[in-house]
Amino acid sequence: MDSDDEGGFNSAASSIELDEEMSSSVDFDSDVELDDYQEDETAFEATAKDLAPRRKAYEVEYRVYSPKDIQAQQDDQVAEVANLLEQPPEATAILLRHVRWNKERLIEQYMDAQEELLDKAGLGQDISKNPPRLQVIDGFCCDICCEDTPGLESFAMNCGHRFCVDCYRQYLVQKIKGEGEAARIKCPGDGCNKIIDAKSLDLLVPTELTERYNELLMRTYVDDKENLKWCPAPNCVYAVECGVKKRDLNKIVPSVHCDCKHAFCFGCTLADHQPCPCVLVKKWLKKCEDDSETANWISANTKECPKCHSTIEKNGGCNHMTCRKCKNEFCWMCMGVWSEHGTSWYNCNRFEEKSGSDARDAQAKSRQSLERYLHYYNRYANHEQSAKLDKDIFHKTEKKMTLLQSSSGMSWIEVQFLEAASQALQQCRQTLKWTYAFAYYLARNNQTAIFEDNQKDLEMAVENLSEMFEKSTDQLAGLKVEMMDKTTYCMRRRVILLDDTAKNLKEQTWEFIVDMV
Amino acid sequence: MTAPLPKRIIKETERLQSEPVPGISAQPHDDNARYFDVMVEGPGGSCYEGGIFNLELFLPDDYPMCPPRIRFLTRIYHPNIDRLGRICLDVLKNNWSPALQIRTILLSIQALLGAPNPEDPLNEAVAKQWKENQPEAIRTAREWTKLYAQKK
Repeated sequence: MDSDDEGGFNSAASSIELDEEMSSSVDFDSDVELDDYQEDETAFEATAKDLAPRRKAYEVEYRVYSPKDIQAQQDDQVAEVANLLEQPPEATAILLRHVRWNKERLIEQYMDAQEELLDKAGLGQDISKNPPRLQVIDGFCCDICCEDTPGLESFAMNCGHRFCVDCYRQYLVQKIKGEGEAARIKCPGDGCNKIIDAKSLDLLVPTELTERYNELLMRTYVDDKENLKWCPAPNCVYAVECGVKKRDLNKIVPSVHCDCKHAFCFGCTLADHQPCPCVLVKKWLKKCEDDSETANWISANTKECPKCHSTIEKNGGCNHMTCRKCKNEFCWMCMGVWSEHGTSWYNCNRFEEKSGSDARDAQAKSRQSLERYLHYYNRYANHEQSAKLDKDIFHKTEKKMTLLQSSSGMSWIEVQFLEAASQALQQCRQTLKWTYAFAYYLARNNQTAIFEDNQKDLEMAVENLSEMFEKSTDQLAGLKVEMMDKTTYCMRRRVILLDDTAKNLKEQTWEFIVDMV
Repeated sequence: MTAPLPKRIIKETERLQSEPVPGISAQPHDDNARYFDVMVEGPGGSCYEGGIFNLELFLPDDYPMCPPRIRFLTRIYHPNIDRLGRICLDVLKNNWSPALQIRTILLSIQALLGAPNPEDPLNEAVAKQWKENQPEAIRTAREWTKLYAQKK
């Protein structure tokens, strides 16, 4: 510690000296001095950058919004555009929804062809001229319920389709509650395209329905915006903003962390799957869905007909096989043609005839791809399973933490290393899991070898840390430092792996064995 | 037992009897005023001309907020009507408006007979035939009309 401090002081002192030296020697203009100067300059820049949090290659910029923020965002945009177009906010909101919140396009279209736009957007009520109100009209008969009692209250937008208040309300309730519609609720009149605005709605339906209506509008807002997505975690109300475009998903895996703690991919909204790009995740999941269990079973229980490669399960009987498909007769033991077996029925004790070994070679080749898949799948599945078990560990950790506090006299803050370790484990396993799906699609080359080394390092670090959780509580207190070191090491290995993969992804230097579409 | 019949249904039924639409009839059942026996004549000039098509029509509880349910009982060779007689028609689904009525819907169905739309098919096989070999499809439709849609 002491020597470190001294070093710090020394370097600080020397840099000051250097500065002085420089200011006094600029006049000399020699190469050496110039180089020194430049070096210093870059060194200074680097420290300035170090102070600010630097983004790794695998990290993306994003922001998490609460429903309140989203509402405010909408309101802001409506207010801004309303001002510009000199339209009331209710009408502006309808216009903005019509163009899916593309402000520029709206303004452009508004300037070009105002009438047409207003008509297309279904602008129903000219609120500025005649605010929505309920009216009693003599001799009115509602076209929906056929009611014509005098004094019946009715409502119509400027399209003139007038219905009684009860029917109008019932219609809106049906649309909002029954169909979950909000942004495009049309006038109930046949073939009328006018859209109900928020003000008219307020007038007609009870408050709790207005809330639902606003909630639905917010949903449409987030769905309409390409750079906004709802957090997919159950019951989570947050939305995340991220600028990564769909076309860039082969170059980056945009993992985001919602305020509810759920980490997910902004590209496909599946749980965080770094370092594997969305396309490969989709391919992999599909393959696993179709293949894994079946492939396991096929590998364990069947052989292929040496001639037509049909998959055959031997569920009884002798070794004399006749393929049902191509009628080829062969021996189940050595896979050679049966005719070479002569009279030694039901028992193959021949040693290596050519036909047999050829058949087995061919079979080995076709099985190889299956084995390759299973290699990756088993490791992928193992980490998935282990991550689940790690969750149990996490719950046990909480118990251990209280136990440790009472048995060793450690304070709450001192036992937090256990939680940190357990969280690191889960995160690293999640990453490891997807490295196997990623590796399955990699072509064999140098870069892949480096990747696998990184993968191996992380895996070893993870297993080492995982093992420590098996220790008894009284041992754990003594292992604190070691455990913290291992946690840090795990996280560092993870960062190295992710950073390296992301860099190469960005530069598109990975070579895949499948098309990235 | 059951809720009283809404004024709207009573009025509609009355008007269907007092001012019937030419080529269309709708008769409510005595024991269920929400269930109608419907008869639609094939429109003149179409391949369904001369045919008399029977349909059933039911007004669900939330009518007129929801569209009536309608089905052809007579077999018909038409790209927008399937083997069970179900009809693919916008006003019966998304474009339903509570301001529409039984009579307007039946008129739309009659119009659909006059203008089959193979681009939005319910019956794939018929629609395919309609697009690939229209004369043949029309011939079949005529044949079916003669076979199944004659007054008994």
